[in-house]
Amino acid sequence: MKIFEKLAHIDRRFIYILIAIVVIVPLLLKPKLPIIPTKPVKDIYEYVENLPEGSNVLISIDYDAASMPEQQPFLEALLRQCFRNKIKPVMIVQWQLGAPLGTQGLEKIARECNAVYGVDYINLGYRPGYVAQMVGLGREIRDYFSMDYRNVSVDSFPIMKNIHNYNDFALLVGLEAGSTYLAWVEYAGGRFKQKIALALNAVSAPDAYYFYQSKQIIGLVGGMKGAAEYEVLENKADLAVAGMASQSYSHILIILFIIFGNIAYFVEKNRKKKEGGK
Amino acid sequence: MLKSKNIPLAITFIVGLIMIVSFFIPHRPFGDIETISLKWYSIIAGFTMLLGVDSLLGLHFRKIKRREETWIHSIVLIAGFVLVVIAGVWGTVQYGSAFDERSFFTYIYNYFIVPLQATMFSLLAFFVASAAYRAFRARNVDAALLLITAVIVMLGRVPVGELISPYLPRFTDWIMEVPQMAAKRGIGLGIYLGALGVSIRIILGIERSYLS
Amino acid sequence: MATTIGIWIAAGLTLFIYSFLYKDNPFYKFAEHLYVGITAGYWLIYTWAYTIQPMLLDPIIKNKEFILIIPAFFGIIMLTRWFPSISWLSRWSIAFTVGIGAGLGVTGSIQGFILPQMKSTILPLTGFNFATFNNLLIVFGVITTLVYFYFSKEHRGVLGKGAKIGMTFIMIAFGASFGYTVMARISLLIGRIYFLIFDWLGSIF
Repeated sequence: MKIFEKLAHIDRRFIYILIAIVVIVPLLLKPKLPIIPTKPVKDIYEYVENLPEGSNVLISIDYDAASMPEQQPFLEALLRQCFRNKIKPVMIVQWQLGAPLGTQGLEKIARECNAVYGVDYINLGYRPGYVAQMVGLGREIRDYFSMDYRNVSVDSFPIMKNIHNYNDFALLVGLEAGSTYLAWVEYAGGRFKQKIALALNAVSAPDAYYFYQSKQIIGLVGGMKGAAEYEVLENKADLAVAGMASQSYSHILIILFIIFGNIAYFVEKNRKKKEGGK
Repeated sequence: MLKSKNIPLAITFIVGLIMIVSFFIPHRPFGDIETISLKWYSIIAGFTMLLGVDSLLGLHFRKIKRREETWIHSIVLIAGFVLVVIAGVWGTVQYGSAFDERSFFTYIYNYFIVPLQATMFSLLAFFVASAAYRAFRARNVDAALLLITAVIVMLGRVPVGELISPYLPRFTDWIMEVPQMAAKRGIGLGIYLGALGVSIRIILGIERSYLS
Repeated sequence: MATTIGIWIAAGLTLFIYSFLYKDNPFYKFAEHLYVGITAGYWLIYTWAYTIQPMLLDPIIKNKEFILIIPAFFGIIMLTRWFPSISWLSRWSIAFTVGIGAGLGVTGSIQGFILPQMKSTILPLTGFNFATFNNLLIVFGVITTLVYFYFSKEHRGVLGKGAKIGMTFIMIAFGASFGYTVMARISLLIGRIYFLIFDWLGSIF
């Protein structure tokens, strides 16, 4: 039983090393694991797939570098799907620290798909006061985004010719790392009946299931796993798929930690109880 | 009279009321007033950023002046701030926009901000693992239920869960879409009903803590 | 060349932060303070480039929209918080922004959350099948969770039992959230390790 006592007080740095090993080794060995897309993710994919050619999709970048591994893969998979189906993404940003990530993802996939800026896609950049913007976009997008992210007038781009408000967007996709998505659902969805799909980081994803059940959102992508499912649907495995093996084995390790930790706890508890009884 | 709280309370009341009325009457003049107010809100919201920046710099300048314990690190902070501001101004002058891909400002974002921010948050993975081993105890039935649910979800949400049993991901989906969703909805309703109450109290001037 | 130097800087800063796992040290403190300072500078440039210039200066100077002097005034008086003798002026700006938020919140919360969520909780409970069982569980779960958070009456009798059942649903929800949180944190670590192995070490070997 002394081993459990020792295990109960193990140096935390040993735990850190184990976690690092369990993340690094699968990334190097690249084992193939099955990734089955779930219904909330498939719903978004099929909705975008069925949009008519030339539809506009509003993509809101509401995350930053802290959620990059979870959101960036989904953003790239979504953009590939949009360009493949000749759907036009219009990007806006609510989190300043995420704006360059959105720009880089958009430009990378646009180059890959030979899309032309201002014709096939546009990046309108960041504006503050997101709640006001979400309500204001119901009237006229130019009230907030009269310039693109490089301060060029939006009216100089063909893509913006027939875009004025939510009526001109077939779908709004929010890539979320905080609670900005609540405002999208409340204002864009509630007030203006905009169709919304959400890609949330895994911390926020459990809190959005009630929107999915109430059909306030058409689908939900949760965390890196959701991004991996979308990559599988789009037939282009990237960072998210690559990370799933490490994700799987880390989860198993943490579950083992919980089990061993509790065994050590109960053994210690029983020992103290017996000693107290004596 | 100007210094009293009555003027801000009146502003809150009028503006709040306009927002509510324009929801029901989107036509002129309320719709136009709402549009103008929302644009002004965005402009004013931008200025609040400056408050935060000043507060931060003021704190660290005082640390340097008084040679407090970590004053050397405060120099690093201020140097970083100055570097980025110079890079931003230079990028604007050189390329018309600091956010041009070629600018040094964007370089700093890609090779300083992204790794620093991403790594800060990735430290939590280690702390979660450590906490899982040292702190998460099934001390009672409720805690045990929490841990069991966590284990099922952790397994069901990764590909390895599919290998263990095809029913595990399905069971996880059921947990997320039924009992978990129901509890979160209950919590959400409570929060929004509370927020509704607070919003009405703010508009009516009963809640004044934001003015202190 | 610049990219290579950048990758080495990024890797170095990453390792500086990870050195905290061994123990707190000057490298970590350097990286931490650098992060805060750079982010503050970034916010300032953003505020200028995406608020003050396009929404204020350009419309006033180029389009002669002089009415924007009013929000500019409100924005400037927000900054009077720095000066104790005239900080009372900042209350006007705060009152404006809080008023907008509260006004939008009243209608938004009812139309956007409360009514749709209540509507989606009114589910068919007839029929003896799995869907009905799920619906019953959802209705029961929502009601008992709300009962748990009802503190105006002591949790005794029926209310007490309802609260206890609500607690069970809440524990399941928190367990699911914990599982997802672990997933989120590990994902972030995977992202950084991927960078260190494939971008940094990959550029060497």
